[in-house]
Amino acid sequence: MVTDKKHIDPPKKRLILGCGALVYDLLRLIKQNPALSDKVNLQCLPASWHNTPQLIAPGVEEYLAENSHLYKDVYIAYADCGTGGALDRVLKKYNAKRISGAHCYEFFAGSDVFEQLSEQELGTFYLTDYLVKNFHRIMIKGLGLDKHPDLFDIYFENYTKLVYLAQTENEQLQKDAVQYAKDFGFEYEYRLVGTGGLDSVFEEIDLVPLATEEEK
Amino acid sequence: MSEEDDFDLNDLDDKELVEQIQDDLYDGLDEEVTEGTEILLSRGWDANDVLGDALVAGMKIVGIDFRDGILFVPEVLKCAGAMKGGMKVLRPILAQSSEDTSLGKFVIGTVKGDIHDIGQKLVSMMCEGAGFEVINLGINNPVENYLEAIDEHEPVILGMSALLTTTMPYMGVVVEEMEKRGLRKDVHIMCGGAPLNQEFADSIGVPAYGRDAARSAEMAEEYVRSLGKQRGHR
Repeated sequence: MVTDKKHIDPPKKRLILGCGALVYDLLRLIKQNPALSDKVNLQCLPASWHNTPQLIAPGVEEYLAENSHLYKDVYIAYADCGTGGALDRVLKKYNAKRISGAHCYEFFAGSDVFEQLSEQELGTFYLTDYLVKNFHRIMIKGLGLDKHPDLFDIYFENYTKLVYLAQTENEQLQKDAVQYAKDFGFEYEYRLVGTGGLDSVFEEIDLVPLATEEEK
Repeated sequence: MSEEDDFDLNDLDDKELVEQIQDDLYDGLDEEVTEGTEILLSRGWDANDVLGDALVAGMKIVGIDFRDGILFVPEVLKCAGAMKGGMKVLRPILAQSSEDTSLGKFVIGTVKGDIHDIGQKLVSMMCEGAGFEVINLGINNPVENYLEAIDEHEPVILGMSALLTTTMPYMGVVVEEMEKRGLRKDVHIMCGGAPLNQEFADSIGVPAYGRDAARSAEMAEEYVRSLGKQRGHR
């Protein structure tokens, strides 16, 4: 584990610790709000943990144990993400908040839309910008399908549809997602949902004006 | 494997062959596990001993390494496939065997509204590896499916799985219905799935929450052992 003691920029008083699969979206949101970039330090943990959620809570705990004292507050850019409440138990120790929801699909789409999509077709498989961009690494290699293509049926036998929950409008990513749906033999649906609940990570930080920060 | 490394399983003595089957199981080599199982049987081994000494013992190692983060889902699924190869040979013989060495029947299924089954497949495989006879009901099971399976199979344990926060409360419906029908005293209930935790299990009256497949199989075995039974159906 790499600690950031040496690299910490003193004026950046808040830590945003997030899933690596959200890094582009988090950076974009920070860039859109210059006031935020002065206040936060963004650190991400491996996106590959998407496939091994049992590593998330221990990984977050290890990072926070080494680094949380360097920050005023800690904000977590994860949902529960398949940790079965284990992440929440870690966050309680550090008085940190995470994004509400079960996983990124839910907070990107919003709970109502996600529920509606699930009700329409139970066997729906979701992709985000990050997962489309890194489809081979996370989905094919990450699930071992490159070495064991015979596992495809075990993983996907109950799925019939792929929904691409897009954060940005990107023609190439849309083409790629269509191709992945074809390759898997799934129906395809595209929804431009943006970053949805991910923005909530910044809400509390944004509420405190810089002047107040400096006075402290 | 190079030609030099290639060898005939028939050349190994019994002890070496059992160890080789365990290694092949770990590596997910279903053809080799099937062949090794057949060779042990052809040498006069009892099917129960092949199951216990080679396959179950091999799966225990897989379970431990999965629990400890050395093996991950893809590898364990391959191990499950290899185990199935061996079980395909043994199952018909075990069915006719007068000696019942099963830990009992374990009925498992994903609840209504949920199609996620990788986790419960892993639990099924780990429990089969531990010596249970597993009846997997698959996905999207309404309460009726669980009740019918309990009537038909008389399991010692019922396992329910869910991956969604919206579907996990349905486990409570199943528990309630079992309570109404007086089935709880005969059937131990376990639950698992990513969004669950012990608090949720407590809230719906399920005594055993399995945080992962390996732990679930351990808990199932511990439960049967706690009944004072070494093996056998309820």
